[in-house]
Amino acid sequence: MVSGTLTEDAVARVFHALADGTRRDILRRTAQREESISALARHYAMSLPAVQKHVAVLERAGLVAKRRHGREQLLSGEPATIRRAADLLDAYEALWVGRVTRIADLLGEEGTAP
Amino acid sequence: MTLVSTEKDPDALTLTLVAEFDAPPEQVWQVWEDPRKLERWWGPPTFPATFTRHEFVPGGEARYHMTGPSGEQPRGWWRFGAIEKPRRLEFQDGFADDAGEPLPDEPVTGIVTLEPAGTGTRMTFVTRFVDAAQMEQLLAMGTVEGVTEAIGQIDGLLLPSAV
Repeated sequence: MVSGTLTEDAVARVFHALADGTRRDILRRTAQREESISALARHYAMSLPAVQKHVAVLERAGLVAKRRHGREQLLSGEPATIRRAADLLDAYEALWVGRVTRIADLLGEEGTAP
Repeated sequence: MTLVSTEKDPDALTLTLVAEFDAPPEQVWQVWEDPRKLERWWGPPTFPATFTRHEFVPGGEARYHMTGPSGEQPRGWWRFGAIEKPRRLEFQDGFADDAGEPLPDEPVTGIVTLEPAGTGTRMTFVTRFVDAAQMEQLLAMGTVEGVTEAIGQIDGLLLPSAV
């Protein structure tokens, strides 16, 4: 059952966050168990700061939560947000928000010339 | 561009979206009428659309495909209903087979209305779905930049703990 609603901005953030393969993988891992960011970073061929950037995008979208444990930053998935994101109408809405944004870009490029 | 509102009605299975553009209705109409312009916004940059047929007359049909990042090419078709330039456009949008011809599935109905708003245009777009399965299928066409795939994976993960 889908409960709650996300604002337009929140929907856009969630879909932006999910549009990247590394971020989806981070989400997959942290939905299963809490993991430290440094342990997580070892799975990817990229620097720790690059992984931290992906984590920040997921965090802003409310898809993961961070907590401090001693020297470590632990990361876990937020199933409630993930489930709400699966709301089909929300997804279709996001698709159309993308479309009207592209129409506006196209009209802007043309200027007001006939 | 201003996104005025989006309204989702889960019971009537409709999505109504209202947006305003800084261009007159005649110019906004062109993004629907001109297939080369339509191609620039129908699909996201990672899933561009190509319209191989676009008979912009009542009863006319369109054929298009999207091209995904892995080269996949889901296909679709439109059938135009009312066309009242530059105010109102109705069309049905459905899935097509590998040859590009319509599959028997029920199409989704789209109604576009353009109204002058100051020096610009207010566009209202209403989508009417037949059922939830159809919405899922449409989204699965991959037009949401991999989101459907992500949601599928995530749903799988959540299942064991789902109530």
